[in-house]
Amino acid sequence: MTTTLSVENLRVSIPLAAGVLHAVRGISFEVARGETLCLVGESGCGKSLTSLALMNLLPSRAKREADRIALNGTDLLKLGERGMAKVRGSSMAMIFQEPMTSLNPAYTIGNQLEEGIRLHKGVSAKEARERAVYLLEKVGITAASSRLGQYPHQLSGGLRQRVMIAMALMCGPELLICDEPTTALDVTIQAQILHLIKDLQREFDMAVILITHDLGVVARVADRVAVMYAGEIIESGDVGEIFSRPTHPYTQSLMNCIPVPGKTAHGERLGTIPGIVPSMIGEMTGCAFANRCGYARDICLEPLVTRELVPNHAVRCVRAEEVAAINAGETLRAGSPA
Amino acid sequence: MTTTPILEARDLFCTFQVRQGMFQPKRPLHAVNGVSLSIEKGGVLGLVGESGCGKSTVARMLLGLQEPTSGTLAIDGQPLEEIGRKDLAKRVQPIFQDPYSSLNPRKTIGSIIGLPLYVHQIGHASERRRKVEDIMDLCGLPKRAYDMYPSQLSGGQRQRVAIARALVMRPEIVICDEPTSALDVSVQAQILNLLLDLRRELGLTYVLISHNLAVVELIASKVSVMYLGRIVEEAEGQDFFRDPRHPYSQALLASVLTPEAGLGVPDAQLGSAFPNPIDPPPGCTFHPRCAHAGDACRTIRPAPIRDGRGLVECHLFDESVTV
Amino acid sequence: MAIMNSTAPSAEQILGPTPGQILRRKIFGHRGIVIGGGIFLVIVLMALLAPLLAPYDPYHQDLINRMAPPVWQERGSWEHILGTDQVGRDYLSRLIYGARISLLIGIMAALISGIIGTVMGVAAGYFGGKVDLVVTFLITCRLSLPVILVSLAVVAIVGGSLEMVILVLGLLLWDRYAVVMRASTQQIRSLDYVAAAQAAGCSTWYILAREVLPNVMNQLIVVATLEFAHAVLLEAALSFLGLGVQPPLPSWGLMISEGRNYILFDPWLIAIPGTALFLLLLAVNLLGDGVRDVTVPENRA
Repeated sequence: MTTTLSVENLRVSIPLAAGVLHAVRGISFEVARGETLCLVGESGCGKSLTSLALMNLLPSRAKREADRIALNGTDLLKLGERGMAKVRGSSMAMIFQEPMTSLNPAYTIGNQLEEGIRLHKGVSAKEARERAVYLLEKVGITAASSRLGQYPHQLSGGLRQRVMIAMALMCGPELLICDEPTTALDVTIQAQILHLIKDLQREFDMAVILITHDLGVVARVADRVAVMYAGEIIESGDVGEIFSRPTHPYTQSLMNCIPVPGKTAHGERLGTIPGIVPSMIGEMTGCAFANRCGYARDICLEPLVTRELVPNHAVRCVRAEEVAAINAGETLRAGSPA
Repeated sequence: MTTTPILEARDLFCTFQVRQGMFQPKRPLHAVNGVSLSIEKGGVLGLVGESGCGKSTVARMLLGLQEPTSGTLAIDGQPLEEIGRKDLAKRVQPIFQDPYSSLNPRKTIGSIIGLPLYVHQIGHASERRRKVEDIMDLCGLPKRAYDMYPSQLSGGQRQRVAIARALVMRPEIVICDEPTSALDVSVQAQILNLLLDLRRELGLTYVLISHNLAVVELIASKVSVMYLGRIVEEAEGQDFFRDPRHPYSQALLASVLTPEAGLGVPDAQLGSAFPNPIDPPPGCTFHPRCAHAGDACRTIRPAPIRDGRGLVECHLFDESVTV
Repeated sequence: MAIMNSTAPSAEQILGPTPGQILRRKIFGHRGIVIGGGIFLVIVLMALLAPLLAPYDPYHQDLINRMAPPVWQERGSWEHILGTDQVGRDYLSRLIYGARISLLIGIMAALISGIIGTVMGVAAGYFGGKVDLVVTFLITCRLSLPVILVSLAVVAIVGGSLEMVILVLGLLLWDRYAVVMRASTQQIRSLDYVAAAQAAGCSTWYILAREVLPNVMNQLIVVATLEFAHAVLLEAALSFLGLGVQPPLPSWGLMISEGRNYILFDPWLIAIPGTALFLLLLAVNLLGDGVRDVTVPENRA
């Protein structure tokens, strides 16, 4: 597999009155062609800022630093705003959570679909239109050519998200970033949209970064998973590995938090994570999860690195082996490890 | 069972007159189209369905915020219109989805939670304060929060405030409209635990409106599935999740993404088009999206079939109709 | 009897300053509010303390000392810092007393129209339906009336006086209040805390007064500042045309009007009240903008 995107030591900081907020604190990851990477975490963990940082669409006061962000060998850090504008929408595209706010209500679907490709690729109006109809059909919209004249408000939420996907694919991107693409949708529509993303990924051989808080979505869609907490990737690896052997105490607690049909008994109490996320203002040494972790010891406050325990499974926890041993010793526990 | 259900709705209809364009004539939209519900004391009724199916309108009618166009609602056998708005407020209270829009940003937590007590003039100021602090304690809010404003709290804490406000009058029935879908997973777990504990502790009856079927399965003792303003299936919780009968229920359950790696995204075989509620399809309203639809489904509206397991509204279960 | 202590957030976990603290910090960090508020405060103090501050009786005519130039001009003297007008009244004293008139008209007109417009707008936004239809119709009617023409006509028929100007402006300037209040009330009405208050059994009055009004207050203040400025300006225009406040009352508009014959040779007669008017309007507009900036409710932390 060839690497489509590689990110090394990405940092996003936002200066505030109270100090500098380090929202993303040195994360590295790679996505290969045809592969889906899920960034999973709770609100405030920096997953959305990561995606915006990749697109260089951060709010103006936020600062992006990285050792390397390369898309198919092109160093995105060296591109200026004009260079990035070229890359955005053509070789990397993004889908947002709320399709209504990302579609311009004043233009027809057709206008918005065709604008990007005519701008980036300089194709003729006719070719652009043909591609728009082709993609609308691809994303499962019936009577595609008649939809081109419609406005976003005339479509339902699910259809709008399909239009957004078609729009993202117009220029044939190599990397598709989906930020909570199904959170605003019903379960039935969610399954359809995820299906669609997977099918299109296979067909166009794209790398996909999917950002979500829903572990169900992650389990079903991801090839690889990166769990984020307080601006860091605290555990990453192959999806099967992460779900069968979650090693970081945060990942474990997160999985205990969700009711699983067929596994969680009716009326059973769920696991919880005590405490709250530490303030991300200023420098932080040691493990960010230590203040909420049932396994925390003094050593957890020392500086630490992310380690690969087995191939394709990296954890940012100094006590990972001990935690794994404790877990193996216990039989199926109920509740949180706290 | 011979006990009177604590909450009973019979043949509820709610019709809105809507205009589709500025100069178009108004047309009726049957948001709720003949819904009957009942729930025993201490039970949890899960009301599930896609957005736009009318479940929130049902919730508003149960709270007395929306007058039904026709049909009857009764609490403990007493019709809602006899109870009166103020007494109803003592017995039925809501918990909303978005803890950001459900709390007035200009009021302190203490006055938000104490509002029902104040409105009903229960006790003196000091007694009211004690009651509010009791319920805050029960809902896991520190006393210090009494004089704070919503903007100082996190999403989970706000939802605790909303729950405390609903429970301060010790109602019998709590209508929870998507109580956790705006929250993070770890916070969702805390709130669900709290709801479970409070039900046990205070003997509450919940009507739980949610599209998260995992949450419904965890809490609900009885499930009603709504589609386009009608209840298409009703069953005991366990039965429903083991063996859903209506094709729509099956599709809903099939769409649930359990956190099990390697299973891939399920294909529920539902068409993408949610029908326009102003122009519902003829016959069974679900037929355009149904994998089992036959000729009868396109023309004849199915009648509700009640049997030992509950209710289902589908020709597949009607022996007198061949699909 | 707290259940589940393990998951309850402890007191230390509740962070963040109170809305009052945030507001204070924002107000003093907002340059527009500080500058606008400063100027406005000076003018208000000037008006309140006029009898103490004014060096002369604003109505006292001193025909010998007519048209004395202000102190920075060649023949100016410290006796009359801003000079005297065409009948020898001290210009500084008239300016100070004139602030009273301008503020009075601005505040009263903004208040009267504010009450009318807010009642109409909130009612339309909250109740909707027929009420909304009627209010929208009234707003449309009002918007089709040219304010200056109507007030000119009324004042010309009934006669100009301070009370008349206040009344006419108060009854004409409510449209923006009604439009803004209607829209913001509609938005607040759809929020869950209004539904929660209804479900708690609150009366409509209670909901309007305690749930809706406090949350539309910031918009109300912004509109009030705009309408205040609008009223002051209209008063000046009416007085300038001789149909507003009647002489010898020292209104700034009237002072400009009286000085217009001398614009070529003694432009300060117009420049001084003109500058005062400009400063007042600038201050009020800065304040209004600032209020809008700082009072966006801190809902999502």
